[in-house]
Amino acid sequence: MSFDVARVRKDFPILERTVRDGKPLIYLDSANTSQKPRQVIDAMTDFYERHNANIHRATHQLGEEATEAYEGARIKVAGFIGAPDETEVVFTKNVSEAVNLVAYSIGNAGLLGEGDEIVISEMEHHSNIVPWQLLCQRTGARLRWFSVTPDGRLDLSRAGELINERTRLVAIAHQSNVLGTINPVTEIAARAHAAGALVLVDAAQSVPHGLMDVSTLGADFVGFTGHKMCGPTGIGALWARRELLDELPPFLGGGEMIESVWMDHSTYAQPPHKFEAGTMPIAEAVGLGAAVGYLSEVDLAAAWAHEQQLLGHALRALSEIDGLRILGPAEPVDRGSAISFTVEGVHPHDVSQVLDDQGIAVRAGHHCAWPLHRALGVQSSTRASLYLYNTIDEVDALADGIRKAQNFFGVA
Amino acid sequence: MQLESMYQEIILDHYRHPHHRGLREPFDAEVHHVNPTCGDEITLRVAVKDADGEPEITDVSYDALGCSISQASASVLTDLVIGKPVSEAMEISDAFLDLMHSRDSAANGSEPDDEILGDAVVFAGVAKYPARIKCALLGWMAWKDATARALGSLELEEQK
Repeated sequence: MSFDVARVRKDFPILERTVRDGKPLIYLDSANTSQKPRQVIDAMTDFYERHNANIHRATHQLGEEATEAYEGARIKVAGFIGAPDETEVVFTKNVSEAVNLVAYSIGNAGLLGEGDEIVISEMEHHSNIVPWQLLCQRTGARLRWFSVTPDGRLDLSRAGELINERTRLVAIAHQSNVLGTINPVTEIAARAHAAGALVLVDAAQSVPHGLMDVSTLGADFVGFTGHKMCGPTGIGALWARRELLDELPPFLGGGEMIESVWMDHSTYAQPPHKFEAGTMPIAEAVGLGAAVGYLSEVDLAAAWAHEQQLLGHALRALSEIDGLRILGPAEPVDRGSAISFTVEGVHPHDVSQVLDDQGIAVRAGHHCAWPLHRALGVQSSTRASLYLYNTIDEVDALADGIRKAQNFFGVA
Repeated sequence: MQLESMYQEIILDHYRHPHHRGLREPFDAEVHHVNPTCGDEITLRVAVKDADGEPEITDVSYDALGCSISQASASVLTDLVIGKPVSEAMEISDAFLDLMHSRDSAANGSEPDDEILGDAVVFAGVAKYPARIKCALLGWMAWKDATARALGSLELEEQK
């Protein structure tokens, strides 16, 4: 079955746009944020036009409709990631908040202190590094990490030493936002559990491609975000095993997450509401539910095959450019579709500027992964990333655009 | 074409052959700045001397990794401020900041002042690409910071 990308593109109004003097938009920055299908935009507008009210506490019809829309979105999200039970899905603002939620709750529970260790990796996004640094500062625990091999994989050779009886938590990316590398999370989780440690997976880049089944992944916590999976900004989720959500203390306190409140103490609601303080981004949750609905209608296996095909084409085309170095795996094996690269003699800001002039949107800099760049001996890079609405012609335009940048700066 | 209006020949020339590059001694203050739009960084040193009660910039030396705009801007900066009294250099810096924040100075009727800015007027095109303004300002922000620190230590020296 072939993937009808032309039909999919029609669902995304912004792809009709031209930029920089009438050039058609070539959007290769979906790892940064994805574009939104009409169905998601309409669902949010429809919510505000016809169903808007606050949730859970209103006894009127609109309140019922809004609550159903919000909790209905939670059920859809749970189904999409293979969660056995929607009470295991906590809505957050984004992945960064999901990771902070776990870090603060674990800290508040007194689950770690001096002598304990947290293991992450050099490949992580800053949002899966900084919360753990802060947690270690607060508790006296020690932060350790897997290093990265020159070809962009996790160096697991020291896993036996890094994950030991002092390890309390291992936090790892499912798919690198810079290298595309898909990590052997299930294997790492098994080691962590054997050592008595909890496992958190940053799935920001994998869930958008339909690659998540929390019932088989082996993790205890999985964070992901709506805006990278055709949903709006301002909404993300933390999936966690119910027993953990029951045990862990609240992160943010306030209305909605309580059961009863006195002046000197309060009791708390059951998960997931225990972790959702105040009025949540309701319309955004509805938008995420619509995004999940949209992606569920698309044949995600075919979409993934399409992306992998584009990825293979892109890796080949870019490998043929003299002076271009691809960071991370050069073959489409255990690899998602973020392609970060350097061009000798042309800085990423300048590469991306010339590409922008051709209507091509990419990202330049560290992509929120500065330690990774240092580990690979690179000051900064340019990143193109693919999603279900990209085409072969767009990949060819990327390769052409890079050559134009080389000509413009006189290095080709 | 808009792109060429930003990437003027003078800028590309400074990028390929940066002036006053390298970290030199003596110096009175050193700073390390990074561009918030990540990918550019600069280590910059300033040396000042007291010239009849007026502080003067005797050297600006730097080591930088970054895009053509940030590198060229640092290079042009050194040409403009070395050998000048600090007060005059600060005026140039202010004029450059104004240049960066004027998206359409031609339409406003005000032309950038070549007399104060010298070669730096060629960066006018950067104002049309707001994302690159911080690239052009990186060297200037670092220089202002280092100069302020250098003046601080100059004052301490004089008090001894």
